[in-house]
This record gives sequence, C-alpha cells and structure tokens, in this order.
Amino acid sequence: MKILRISALLALVSFFSAPAIAGTLEDVQARGFVKCGVTTGLLGFAAPDDSGNWKGFDVDVCRAVAAAVFGDSSKVEFTTTTGKTRFPTLASGEIDVLARNTTWTFSRDVDLGFEFIGINYYDGQGFLIPASLGVASATDLDGASVCIQTGTTTELNLADFFRANSISYESIPVETNDEARENLFAGRCDVYTTDASGLAATAAQADNPADWILLPEIISKEPLGPLVRHGDHVWGDIVRWSLNTMIIAEEKGLTSNNLDTKLAMNNDPEIFRLTGKEGEYGAMFGLSNDFGYNIIKQVGNYGEVFERNVGLKTPLKLARGLNAPWTDGGLLYSPPFR
Amino acid sequence: MFKIDFSDQKLRAILIQTLVVGVLAYAIFWLVQSTSYNLEKRDYKLGFGFLNDPAGFDISFSPFYSFVATDSHIKVYLVGLANTLLISFVGCIAATFLGFSIGIIRLSSNWLLSRLAYVYVEITRNIPLILQLLFWYALLINLPRLKNSIAFGEAFFLNNRGLNSPQPIFGDDFIYVTIAIILAITVSIVFSRRAKKIQEKTGKQYPLFLINTASILLFPAIVYFIAGSPLEFELPVLIGFNFVGGMKIPPEFMAMFLGLSVYTASFISEIVRAGILSVNKGQIEASRSLGLKQNRIMKLIIIPQAMRVIIPPLTSQFLNLTKNSSLGIAIGYADLVHGFGGITLNITGHAIEVMAIVMSTYLIISLTIAFFMNIYNKSIQMDGR
Ligand SMILES: N[C@@H](CCC(=O)N[C@@H](CS)C(=O)NCC(=O)O)C(=O)O
Repeated sequence: MKILRISALLALVSFFSAPAIAGTLEDVQARGFVKCGVTTGLLGFAAPDDSGNWKGFDVDVCRAVAAAVFGDSSKVEFTTTTGKTRFPTLASGEIDVLARNTTWTFSRDVDLGFEFIGINYYDGQGFLIPASLGVASATDLDGASVCIQTGTTTELNLADFFRANSISYESIPVETNDEARENLFAGRCDVYTTDASGLAATAAQADNPADWILLPEIISKEPLGPLVRHGDHVWGDIVRWSLNTMIIAEEKGLTSNNLDTKLAMNNDPEIFRLTGKEGEYGAMFGLSNDFGYNIIKQVGNYGEVFERNVGLKTPLKLARGLNAPWTDGGLLYSPPFR
Repeated sequence: MFKIDFSDQKLRAILIQTLVVGVLAYAIFWLVQSTSYNLEKRDYKLGFGFLNDPAGFDISFSPFYSFVATDSHIKVYLVGLANTLLISFVGCIAATFLGFSIGIIRLSSNWLLSRLAYVYVEITRNIPLILQLLFWYALLINLPRLKNSIAFGEAFFLNNRGLNSPQPIFGDDFIYVTIAIILAITVSIVFSRRAKKIQEKTGKQYPLFLINTASILLFPAIVYFIAGSPLEFELPVLIGFNFVGGMKIPPEFMAMFLGLSVYTASFISEIVRAGILSVNKGQIEASRSLGLKQNRIMKLIIIPQAMRVIIPPLTSQFLNLTKNSSLGIAIGYADLVHGFGGITLNITGHAIEVMAIVMSTYLIISLTIAFFMNIYNKSIQMDGR
C-alpha cells in the first residue's frame, strides 16, 4: 500500500518535471481568459470602477487582446503590479501581457528579455507641484523633497536630471501612485515626478486640481507600450496587431458604433481585410478571421479608447498631442494591414 | 529465501527512512534540473557581474555612507544592509526596555496599571504589524507641515518630514574627552569587581552606582573644559524647501522604530511575565522574611532566575524583529529588501541572484544574533544544573 502511494508520488513528480512547451496562445485558449498585468490603480489608465470592473486606457489593450482571441472582451483576468513587481510577474509567466504604462527602453527590451509590441502612449516625465510654492522651473528645485516611484525609468531620469544640473534633492521612494499622491498631498514631498499622464491622473484626484501645476520641463521621452516575454513570436504578433487594429480603425474612421453601417456602405479593401470580410488574416496566427471586427466592435478604435478614458472630457483632460494619428500631426502610425 | 519481515520495527524504520531520503533527493534533483531547464529556455544568464554596474538611482536615507547614483549595486547592498541593521538594533533595544517595563507593570499590584499593561499587550499583539506600521506612518505624515513645525527652542523641529535636531561637531581636541570616558569606564569596572569581592569577603557595601556614575560623568566633564570645550552644535535652519544643517530623522525611520518596538514589546512583556512567574513563590517569601526590600528582591532573587527562562524566547523575538524590518517596504524605509532586493532586482532583472544574496544575508544576521544570545544564555545558566 505504502509502496503504491510512493510510486504514485514519484509518477506525479516526474509528470511535473516534463515542462510544458506549449505556446502562450495555446495556454490562453486552454485557460479561457487572458492574464493581463496592470497598475495597482491609476485613474484613467487602469482602475476598478464602483462595481469592481477594471476600466482604463491600459485595461482596454487587454480587452482588445481578449476580443481578438476569444471574441469576448470580458475574458480577462487582471493582476495588479507595482513598478517593481511588474517585470518578475511577466517573466515568471504569471501574466501573458503587461499593459502598465511601461517605458520601452533598450535594457528592458534586450537585457530583461521582453518584447515591446508597440507604443500606445507617447509620454514624457514631468513635475507636479503645489501652485502655492511659487516655483517656475524644475531647475529651481534645489534641496526639494521629491516623491518618486521605485523601479521606474523616472527614478533614474530624476537622478540624472539633478546631477546634470548640479542641484540636490531628497528622494522619497514610494511603491505606488496612490502612496505618491498621499505623500504629495500631505506635504511629505514638495514635488511628485513621473510620466506626465500619471501626473494628470494624480492632479485630477485633488480636492481642487487648480491648486496643482505642472512645471514646464519635460525631462525625458517615455514611450509607453504593452509588452510580452521574448521568444513567443506568435503571441507577440497577436498583441501587436490588436493594438494596430485600433490605430488603423481610427485612421479609417471606424468606430464601435458605425462599424456595421460602414462595412455595409464601404468598399475599402483594407477595411475588409481588417474586419475579416476578406482574406484569411486571423487564421495566420491561429485566431478567427473576424478578430479585428471584434476588437473594434467591443472595445473601439484608438481615439474612442483615448477619449473615453483619459481625453478632454474626462477628469484627466489630456489632449491628443503626440498621440494623434499621423494624419492629424501625431505619431500614431500603424503598418498597413495586408 | 530472504523474506522481509515488516513487523520488525527496526527494519521498517530503516526502510521508511531510506524511502524518505530517496524521495527528497529526487525532489531536489528535479527542482535543480527543471530550474536550469527553464532558465535556459528563458535565456537567463546566471552571474554576479551586474553587481558592479552603476545603480543609477539615489537613496536619500543613508546615515553611514554617502551614496550617489553613480555608485554600484554593491554599495546599494551595503547601504540597505546598514539600514536594516540600524533599525533592527535600535528596535531590539527599545523593544526590550519597553517589554520588560510592561511585563513588570503587568504584574504590579496596582489594578489600574496592570489593566493598562494588559490592554496594551492585547491590542498591539493582535493587530498585524503591517497595519501598525501604516498607522504610525499616517500619524507622522499628518504632523504639522514644514512651515508650521513644532519647535523646541531653536534646536529641535518636528514636522511631517521628520525630526530635525542639532548636529554635534567634534573638534580635534575631543579625542581627549573620548579617552577620558574610556578611562572612567574602565576604572569603574575594575572598581566594581573589587567592591564585589570585598563584599563577598567582609559584607561591606559601597554605593557603587553613585560612585561610578559620578566618575563617568565628572571626569570627562573636567577634561572637556580643560581641552577648551571642543564640541559645537550645528543648528538646523529652514532654508528654501527644507531644513538645512543639523541632523534629521525621517518619518519612515520613526514609524519603523515605533512600529517594530511597540509590536515586539508586547510579546517580550509576556515572556518577561512568564519568566517572573516561573520563580518559586517561596523564594520571594523567604527573601522577604530575610528583610530584603522589594526592589532588591526583584534585582537579586527574581530577575537572575527569571532570565534563564526569558532569554531563549527573547532571542526569537529579536530574530522576529529583524526579519519583520523587511516590512519597511510598505512605508518606504530604505532597507535591504527595499533598495537591493527591490530596485536593483527590477533594474538588472537578476532576481535569482539578488534574492539568494538577500536571503543569505538575513540568514547570517539571524544566526549571528542567535549565536551571541546563546553565549549570553550559557553565561547566566546556573552551574551544576
Ligand atoms: N513609465 C515609467 C513609470 C511607470 C510608472 O510607474 N507609472 C506610475 C505613474 S504614471 C504608475 O503607473 N503607477 C500606478 C501604480 O502605482 O500602480 C516606467 O515604465 O518605468
């Protein structure tokens, strides 16, 4: 009896010792939902609403991927990550994709072994301070206490900026945006520095947002984008073209509302390819051919996603700026769908 | 034919143990193998070269080293280690004092005091430490702001960015004062030993405490004045965004200090109470009938015996406190886990190496504490028991 039990145990152990080599897509399909890493909460980008549903600009990238894979944008499980935990969480396979305003850098791409699938928000690092401090420029911040999220590019830029300008500061390290906001509002730090989009989200949560101003300096390039693990190209392609689909849809004037009428009236072949009316594009990476239709129908085009979550009518009041389509003077430019 | 007799207890034991060892060995083998397989698959290059790379970020709380962003990750490690040791050390000392006091008060015959001690213990040991840390931090963060600091004269300023205090600046001649202090302490120790011997022989008692304190305070004081007062204080002054000059204890450190010591003290107080209660009542009655006063009974009869019961569990409280200091991450205290175990790991991606280093460090710290506490424990055990 005992021998039997032990050999059963051994069999179990050797079963686990043959590591599964299935691709991410197969894993996701077998599981029935996409595992997506987001922030611990950043208004407009990723935050649960009153009924506990995740909403936001980054969240919608995850939803687009779910719409592409399952034809159902709700098939996502969200995992919160901090600036520090996001990379180990992705590397270990706990999540399939990380959509958490993460800056595309050389070392993250090459050394950490990730694949950025594109840029969904062109950003830069700014400084948020109380208007009452009367500071006009970041170079006047000598001796200030600065709240900074650890494990970020912005932490490194901060050190560089103060060193380059030969001024000193006291760094107040925090793990999450919520902590930074509390410390800033309490006066533990004079200034909070992070991506300008994050600063807009932070200021929007102040009792009186007008009491807070952004200094004129933008000290870095922060191209934010979703990323996956190195090595699984099919999965990388799926996430990349989920984002590209939203960008092309805006360029072509397709929205979640007008999609069906546009399809009926239009004869632009790229729209037919994008929505699966023509060609076998989805099948090329193992999805149904109408994956693009599902993304646009269920999540919307890039512009819709932007305006709904962070645009001028939201508390964040962010203008499109660099994040307008190239046809409108912005940087959004997807390779063609063919 | 050879037949295994399963009813033979010895044989059975050997068989089972062989099996257990075999399974364990296989499990370890499998763990190592599948880890290295997965590392290879993920293109993970094990190695420690990254330690020499420049950190790139700043650490502001570094009382022992000056740290700049161009320093290496090794320096990040050292700064974090120093901060971990610092908070553990002061935390253990404060927790011990507080714990002993509460434990003794808990046993006091004063109903109100003993109830208060009871309430303290029940509250602090039943609320998770992390919540207590957050509580202390929230409290400190809501102190008056910089401009409205609570001032104690021109010297101390308390605000939600910490406590600013004067910084002593030692002149060159202060070395004489230092020598005087060392000398006075040595003399006091020698004197105490002598006095003890005399007391054992003749029963004659000296007011040791008084004499020693007087010599340790007075002698260096005289030298200090002869050397021309070689000590000055630099006062903190509010200039621009922050106080400049003086010393500063940030709220992150204060919250850690309060949280760790208040929490651990409640456990220590229970240990102390148990230790004192373990001393036979008859001994107290006997000493009372010998005419000893209450505080002497405590000092000469109860505490020495209670210590034998107290030290081993006290050691584990010190170990707990040290390990709990890694919760500092929740309030931004720059300890080992925060900087090296967090930011360095994040930037370099060498999670396995970093965590291995951090874990071995905690192991070594714990073993060192346990080692010294064991030596102390041995020294107070009664001979011949
Ligand atoms: N883009 C930078 C900074 C990213 C970052 O930490 N952003 C903050 C504020 S914009 C955030 O998302 N915080 C949300 C959270 O705390 O979970 C990076 O990739 O390192």
